[in-house]
Amino acid sequence: MLKRVAVPPGLWLMLSLVLVAVAAPWFAPYDPNATLDIIALKNQAPSLDHPFGTDPYSRDVLSRVLHGARVSLGFAFATVILALGAGTLYGSAMAFASPFMGTVLRRLLDVAFSVPRLLVLLAVAGVAGPLDVRLLVVLMAGTGWFATARLVHDEITALRTREFVLAARASGVPATRLVVRHLLPHLGPLLMTAASFSMAGTIMLEAGLSYLGLGIQPPTASWGNIIRDGAGLIQTHWWLTVFPVLATVIPIMTCNAAGDALRDRFAPPQFAGSAIPSPSNPPRGRIPSLFRQ
Amino acid sequence: MAAAFAAATFAFVCIQLAPGDPVTALGEGVPEAVRDRLRAVYGYDSSIGTQYIRWLAALLRGDFGFSTAQQRPALDVVLDALGNSLVIVLPGVALAMLFGMLLGAWQGIHAKTRGDRIVSTFMAALYAMPEFSLALILLLLFSVIWPVLPAGGMVDDMHAYYAPWKQVSDRVRHLVMPVLVIALVDAAALARYQRQSMRDVLDQPFVRAAYGAGLPSRLVRMQAWRASLLPVLTLLGILLPVNLLGVVFVEQAFAWPGLGLAFFNAINARDYAVVAACVIVEGVVIAIAGFAVELLREAADPRLRLHEADYQRGHG
Repeated sequence: MLKRVAVPPGLWLMLSLVLVAVAAPWFAPYDPNATLDIIALKNQAPSLDHPFGTDPYSRDVLSRVLHGARVSLGFAFATVILALGAGTLYGSAMAFASPFMGTVLRRLLDVAFSVPRLLVLLAVAGVAGPLDVRLLVVLMAGTGWFATARLVHDEITALRTREFVLAARASGVPATRLVVRHLLPHLGPLLMTAASFSMAGTIMLEAGLSYLGLGIQPPTASWGNIIRDGAGLIQTHWWLTVFPVLATVIPIMTCNAAGDALRDRFAPPQFAGSAIPSPSNPPRGRIPSLFRQ
Repeated sequence: MAAAFAAATFAFVCIQLAPGDPVTALGEGVPEAVRDRLRAVYGYDSSIGTQYIRWLAALLRGDFGFSTAQQRPALDVVLDALGNSLVIVLPGVALAMLFGMLLGAWQGIHAKTRGDRIVSTFMAALYAMPEFSLALILLLLFSVIWPVLPAGGMVDDMHAYYAPWKQVSDRVRHLVMPVLVIALVDAAALARYQRQSMRDVLDQPFVRAAYGAGLPSRLVRMQAWRASLLPVLTLLGILLPVNLLGVVFVEQAFAWPGLGLAFFNAINARDYAVVAACVIVEGVVIAIAGFAVELLREAADPRLRLHEADYQRGHG
């Protein structure tokens, strides 16, 4: 049964996170990279002036975390948009290609799936040295669209036999228009759900890469590299670790919750049983059961 | 096997394309003549094609090459690291299976009660934790605030001088936190999935029929739990290989000399042979994990065995 739900509290949290990211320069009390007073204000515990304390270079941790939201969330957003676009394109191409091309595209996707994403990221980011943020976005998106392509392909294949598609095709609508006008709107909820989970995964992965020193490079503050800066001092300066960790976990939780809510709301009636994980169509990555069985 | 080979070729090409080689990674202050001589010793002065064929021929003889950074065979480096990784990954995943499957099933049975909500919230928080964050939080709790566990490494500095029983306890103490991180993070993923799977199974007609036939609910739940395991085991097949490389974050946090860190360091040192060996070994382990999960699934689901028997009967 489809149940109407009120705006969930998670949505407000998400909106406020976006607000924080956008408005960070006005919220943040200090410049995130300013060394305020390298002698007097170095490694200060949290106080009224510096609610999250200061780091070894006397920078204000609160300001860095707020500006980090801008970088980390913006990064994840750009990556997810790119990955969804690529996945949708490839998925629809796979669904509408000739049988031979379809098989080729499907095999290519299987090959792409069989290589662990982290392996490629570590190899490329490690070998090519510190990457520019834009290149990093492309790299993350380039390794992150496979699941979307498969979902989109399965969904379009399932929708293709529905009456409205048959009617459109019978009246001579060309394939591109069929996808853009008739099929894509039906993919909306699916893509939104995938985007939520993918956003959570991307924030996590970017934090991880930055923690290893392969992601976003200092002095630009991202949550991952703030944690990296603090990790060595964890024995004496807890505030350098606890606050950026909380900042990372809250948006990931929010995105997962949003994904769950979207899935529960849209999945059961609308999807023709295609994206259900099954032995022949197992779930991928750390996204348990995109859709209910 | 073919996939491992393709991945290794990819790794070989990728690392050859990058600027620098093991000799430039030596750092500054090394005269050019010395560098050239080292390149000649290791064979890095010939063309990429020659190097690739030489590497491939050696590989077919079971020779994985020589680690320039550690001055010992690359396979030894990788197998040592793999052993260290498995020591934390296997117990971690086993614990995660135990907790995740039991807790998830309990949540599925008691879905939407207060207990389920509390556990779900806790699990959602865990699920949202990147491994290294959880590692740092545990480090803060158990080695700074309440210092009962060592902060990193595999053994104490004085390990060699300890009495035998103390050596064992020393090793175990160093194991606790890395294993706990893996167990908690994976248990959160498994429990989320198990909860959903259990709810789905409990909705199915055979469960209603069993209740209708008057079977005690304990028995029915056991049967339903078994039926709900199949999709969860599929997830396990993904978690195992993901963990083997994903453990790099945990290893970095606890300075644990495992496979992930070995791969990471080898890339930084441009240690070609070790990088390629890592990729191949990783591929083999993924294949073995996939096979093991397939066996587990057959154990959990009689239908899979049945199909196979039918197939053999039909063709034999």
